[in-house]
Amino acid sequence: MNMNRADLEENLIEGIREAVTSVTDDTESALKDAKEREEKEGAKVQLDAILENIDVGKSEKRPICQDTGTQTFFVELGADFKWSGELKNALNSSVKKATEKIPLRPNAVDPISDKNSGDNTGRFIPSIHWDIVDGDEAMIHIIPKGGGSENMSKLEMMTPGRGLKGVKEIVLDQIAEMAGKPCPPTTIGVGLGGGADLAMELAKKALLRPVGERHAEERIAKLEEELLEKANDLGVGPMGVGGKTTVLDVKIEYAHRHPASYPVAVLPQCWANRQAKVKIDSEGEVEVIR
Amino acid sequence: MKVLETPIDPEEVKKLRVGDAFYITGTLFTARDAAHELLLEMDDEDIPFDPSKYAMFHCGPAIHKEDGEWKVVSAGPTTSIRLEIFEDDFIERFGTKIIIGKGGMADRTLKALQKHGAVYCQYTGGAGALMANAIKEVEDVYFLEELGIPEAFWMFRVEEAGPFLVTMDSAGNSIHDDVAKEVSKNLEKVKAEL
Repeated sequence: MNMNRADLEENLIEGIREAVTSVTDDTESALKDAKEREEKEGAKVQLDAILENIDVGKSEKRPICQDTGTQTFFVELGADFKWSGELKNALNSSVKKATEKIPLRPNAVDPISDKNSGDNTGRFIPSIHWDIVDGDEAMIHIIPKGGGSENMSKLEMMTPGRGLKGVKEIVLDQIAEMAGKPCPPTTIGVGLGGGADLAMELAKKALLRPVGERHAEERIAKLEEELLEKANDLGVGPMGVGGKTTVLDVKIEYAHRHPASYPVAVLPQCWANRQAKVKIDSEGEVEVIR
Repeated sequence: MKVLETPIDPEEVKKLRVGDAFYITGTLFTARDAAHELLLEMDDEDIPFDPSKYAMFHCGPAIHKEDGEWKVVSAGPTTSIRLEIFEDDFIERFGTKIIIGKGGMADRTLKALQKHGAVYCQYTGGAGALMANAIKEVEDVYFLEELGIPEAFWMFRVEEAGPFLVTMDSAGNSIHDDVAKEVSKNLEKVKAEL
């Protein structure tokens, strides 16, 4: 059976629409829990507006934030998947069409000329990460990423001797430093090890895991839990006005590192944690998954 | 629910204190970096609207034309601290009393708010759909060609837009300063326990 290109693009556009007009269910329920916890009026005002905004986005299929982000895809590509070239082309053309159709704010600017391409595509953009996995299917994770939170990312090439305590210090320093700027309550992606490039990529990839879900390895799960608790003791609060909820979750991914290097990447996602998935099976059937 | 109307009554604004939340019915105008710069360079007689009458919103909307009419898709606030280098001059010259954005502003703006009886309010970052719903009409747009969509002055007629949380007031209070002090104290404590 052959894949229908028009059907694929239609589904990818719907996936992008799904992503930009809502937050993930796990994020929404974490925001609702946060509202129950907060006592200060200012924090409650912010969370009420956030939750009402999510309702409006869902019911009207309207982008929840005017910054519809840089279109970013993490693709799990089955080694025996038959249409990888076509998928790559379809991702690019769907972004162009979605920009017009949803619409999305044009967010792709040439860094030399400062000219906006107008359709959210450009050199290496949309950003597509390919991961080859077993099987004959493809799963596309859609994560449009806003500029405000991305600007608060940090990479530190830590002296390895500082160890795990150093990692914790770097993450907590950064959460305090960025305060209200990345639109908290945020979800924090942390990438440890690898080289500089891999650490940053892992930090973003870590955000694909649902809010509230712990890492499969217990030692990492523990580290996530500790950082989550300590981050919320900082008191930044929703939108930086003070309160108990600074982060909704901390997600960590790691790679083995060079003996002389210990990259620590911190990459926040705003409360508007927008994501969707599109699955293509071995028969070329395409489906949008929330 | 407290609702302020435009044209803005300066006496009402002077009474606002940090922690107050209110809504606006009337007109908001948007202004980002390039808009501030442009207006400050212009002669009074060339400025097409009166910035003292309306609330200023730090925002670059997602907006498009439908059947020849501008329709707002989503309109949340942009990060205000970028405007810190212009805002005291802007308030001084144009008499704007309500400034809405996100993330707070610094000392120069706080001093100008005190001197001119103005306030800075936070509108929830990312809450662009909610704001788009409160915008009933795009009344006008100025300098669209010179500035482009996100930077132009958009005049939005709004009904009960908000909530706007006062985070810097005319008495010199700033929630942003208070939270920053608190966070830095908490950070030391948390790190000591690692």
